Amino acid sequence: MKLEMKDQPGQLVAALKPISAVGGNIIAVIHQRETSTATETLDVQIVLELPEGRLPNLLELLRAQGVSVVRIGEERLLYECTLIMIGHLMHTDLSDTVDQIDRTGSAEVTELSLVMPAIDAPSSARITIRSTTRAEMKRAIRILYAVAEQKNLLIIEPLEDA
Amino acid sequence: MRIALLGFGSVGQGIARAILAKDLDIIVTGLADSRSGTIDAGGIDLLAALARKGDGGPCGNPGVSPADVVAKAEYDVLVEVTPTNVETAEPALGHIRAALQRHKHVVTSNKGPIALAYPELRELAEANGVLLKYEATVCGAIPLIHAMQEGLAGNTISRLYGVFNGTCNYILTRMAEDALTYEQALAEARELGYAEADPTYDVEGIDAAIKLVILANTILDMHTTLDDVERTGITLLTPDALQLAEDLDCTIRLIGEIIPGAGVLRVSPRIVPKVHPLVVEGTLNAVTVEADLAGDLTFIGKGAGSTETASAVIGDLLYIRDRHVQGS
Repeated sequence: MKLEMKDQPGQLVAALKPISAVGGNIIAVIHQRETSTATETLDVQIVLELPEGRLPNLLELLRAQGVSVVRIGEERLLYECTLIMIGHLMHTDLSDTVDQIDRTGSAEVTELSLVMPAIDAPSSARITIRSTTRAEMKRAIRILYAVAEQKNLLIIEPLEDA
Repeated sequence: MRIALLGFGSVGQGIARAILAKDLDIIVTGLADSRSGTIDAGGIDLLAALARKGDGGPCGNPGVSPADVVAKAEYDVLVEVTPTNVETAEPALGHIRAALQRHKHVVTSNKGPIALAYPELRELAEANGVLLKYEATVCGAIPLIHAMQEGLAGNTISRLYGVFNGTCNYILTRMAEDALTYEQALAEARELGYAEADPTYDVEGIDAAIKLVILANTILDMHTTLDDVERTGITLLTPDALQLAEDLDCTIRLIGEIIPGAGVLRVSPRIVPKVHPLVVEGTLNAVTVEADLAGDLTFIGKGAGSTETASAVIGDLLYIRDRHVQGS
């Protein structure tokens, strides 16, 4: 979110305090002082994680501190992980494979590239999953492994976590 | 220093050539291959033994067995470099036990005895006041075990991962470079002598898994067996899968990984960014160690080969000589 506040000592701290008060987690604070602005205010961008449903509460607390929120860009699915699957993907109902992850509600398949060689030869696909939290990503990957075992698919994970 | 050399294949011959070529102050007083043996307290003529072997003959006398060499030759260190047997570790295990009981140090490149019986062998070595060294069992020329035991002593290792099998790395490199199928790349690896006639041990990740067990049990204080390693090989990989990775500026490598804190031991193909230090070409090995004091370290080098494996064996031999062998 992008915030506008008075350019006075203590204002930034005043703006950050309510975030922890509502259980949020600050990921980055970007603070650029533009000398050209005529007004005596300061623009600050904050990247943060918030528990579901706490945003209105936070906005109220910020307003009480005299901080105005200029813009809120919401990105619900923060974590991304790309894997490769090999096997008889179509014959084993690829849309069911995708569904099983989407059904969790907290993780979803956002991209799928499929290469199908000759008939009866195993096909390969790249699958991108996005999730709200790291734990949800782990859960989604566990689901994918369970499906892969049933359908005899090979899963190739990235070396590093999401 | 006097050594008895068991095994006169690629590694054994590499050791003999290094001893001949360099002034290492090492005398071979016992030598055996699978068919023959020879004992000579004054020092065996290695050049002649290499020539006999080169002509397809035995290295010594068919009437002398490896067990005879272990039991009867006069040596300070037994160098055991016979092929690995994953199931029983024999006959190497018996030979190593016998040498330790004779108060002889042991240096081996054989993964079987170390993966299967390290605690017992270490105890036996300690009880007899001798050393058991095995640098050559993991990643050939890379002094990984020495680095972790000596250089990184005092560090806590949170994760260790890398490319432990040169055959698989060669196959995957070729599949990515020229869009070869797995079968084509394997055939090429065989032609170049990088893969055995039966490549199961390499391509199913068994070789890499044994190396993980050795590192886990001997350095990371874990108590594991081969069955504890979650293992997936590379036989099902397709050129399409490598292309899908390539589209993201990534590639696929067979990665062995240990996370001691989480009890993770796994060997599996993984998607790795092409700029990652573990993405090495051809038959190279590469291992990254995450240590709390030292930070991340990556070791890259030749994981197999006659001279390269001999390098690791000779490193162990000279370590023992400089610290423990009196009057040599």
